[in-house]
Amino acid sequence: MDDHLNDAAPGRDIDTARRELLIAGALTATAAALPGAAGAQTPGATAPQAGSPNAATPAPVLSKVALRVNGQRYEKEVDTRTTLLDLLREHLRLTGTKKGCDQGQCGACTVIADGRRINSCLSLALMHEGSEILTIEGLGTPDKLHPLQAAFVKHDGYQCGYCTPGQICSAAAMLDEVKRGIPSHVTADLNARPLLSPMEMRERMSGNICRCGAYSNIMDAIAEVAGANPAGSQA
Amino acid sequence: MRAFTYQRVRSPEEAAKAAAATPNARFIAGGTNLLDLMKLEIETPAHLIDVNGIGMDRIEASGDGGLRVGALVRNTDLASDPRVRRDYAVLSRALLAGATGQLRNKATTAGNLLQRTRCPYFYDTNQPCNKRAPGSGCSAIGGFNRHHAIVGTSDACIATHPSDMAVAMRVLDANVETVKPDGSRRVIPIADFHRLPGDTPHIEHVLAPGELITAVTLPKPVGGRQFYQKVRDRASYAFALVSVAAIVQRDGSGRVALGGVAHKPWRMPNAEQQLARGGKSVTDQLLANARVTEDSAFKVPLVQRTLDGLLLEARRT
Repeated sequence: MDDHLNDAAPGRDIDTARRELLIAGALTATAAALPGAAGAQTPGATAPQAGSPNAATPAPVLSKVALRVNGQRYEKEVDTRTTLLDLLREHLRLTGTKKGCDQGQCGACTVIADGRRINSCLSLALMHEGSEILTIEGLGTPDKLHPLQAAFVKHDGYQCGYCTPGQICSAAAMLDEVKRGIPSHVTADLNARPLLSPMEMRERMSGNICRCGAYSNIMDAIAEVAGANPAGSQA
Repeated sequence: MRAFTYQRVRSPEEAAKAAAATPNARFIAGGTNLLDLMKLEIETPAHLIDVNGIGMDRIEASGDGGLRVGALVRNTDLASDPRVRRDYAVLSRALLAGATGQLRNKATTAGNLLQRTRCPYFYDTNQPCNKRAPGSGCSAIGGFNRHHAIVGTSDACIATHPSDMAVAMRVLDANVETVKPDGSRRVIPIADFHRLPGDTPHIEHVLAPGELITAVTLPKPVGGRQFYQKVRDRASYAFALVSVAAIVQRDGSGRVALGGVAHKPWRMPNAEQQLARGGKSVTDQLLANARVTEDSAFKVPLVQRTLDGLLLEARRT
């Protein structure tokens, strides 16, 4: 349960420490409310789970994974159940990638794995042995924003900001998909190059939900970077 | 999620052998459906066999003028392949009508065929469901069943198969190639691959324990105008209420398969012979024995009108 506390990076700041305290507090609260579920997070736990039809809860299994994230190599030993999303957030401290629904519906966890956008919540960390992952932290920095990051700021492409890293990673890969000629559901001619129309961009971004409803501004931001005219029908 | 052991393998044969040798093992490829179900503990494998990185990831010309699609070809890559776009447009269209860009980048050809139903009662572990917990009952019968099957159903289950891709594969007469744990191989016509629920709705396909899909083959292109029309509650990223895959030839003959109406892609050769007589004649045959509820009755006229719309478009162009 406290693996991420033990492998803390040197020089972490007070904010990170405060965040960990909050996480620890939340886990304690969970443990108090759900003794059975908390037991499953304790290494070596094999005690029967109350109310479970299966008598024994299998013990966690650890396995090593090595991959590159934003150009830096990491090697970690993780529970086999660890998703790529949890590896990024809880083990590598890259909390820019967000956990929204944790079931592939909202897109907040979108990262670019080996050049393709994916839902990091629906992928096991172990399945990314040797992968090159690009997250929002690698796309741009506060000093050197990615053009999409700058455009989201300029067009106010968010309200709460929780979906934003996923929106931006998704949009960056989406524009690349159009460039590579990958068709979409709304592409009229399957054998022609797809256009960068607003209809195309909306369809292609349907895997990223914004509960604040900032869609029109998100579209303006993406369209600006794409060089498309949001009011027109094509690039 | 239940804890599990994890294994990488070097070949499809080794994967099948390992699956048979390990109790409660499952293959994992894209993981987009399996991991979701594992988080909910609807799927509780004790062992995962990662079949990524062992080949099966190419689309190649087959000996008979068709295409052989590796089991691990991602949905994005299959939909984008120039040969598929040109010769099997119904398949490209079906793939692009499903899921999202992110999911299609991960989801595989074989995994798509093996998707499990999106029946909300299957997902709700507090409710009886014969598919999730055999013998516990069906909550959808008599429950909220607007999204459910209307043909091929049983008193045990009215779930639909959620795949769009499989409906296109069905209309194209695809074949599923597999390898068994003993190393033997077989070819299963897509028509025989998925099962109707009967009184064993938890058994959804004809694969034997440990049997691994290695490829799906598409016969020589049949030409014609090809359509995949999906009708859903949202314009994007929603499962089909109904979908129609159709191939219409110049002389008015053709093929039709339906999604969203049954436990498997729904196609009947004798119904297709009615194509020249219009959507109603075809639908009357395809859905002749439909068992609808107040909530799902809309699907019958929806299929007919969707099909009529496609036939009109086919005549126009």
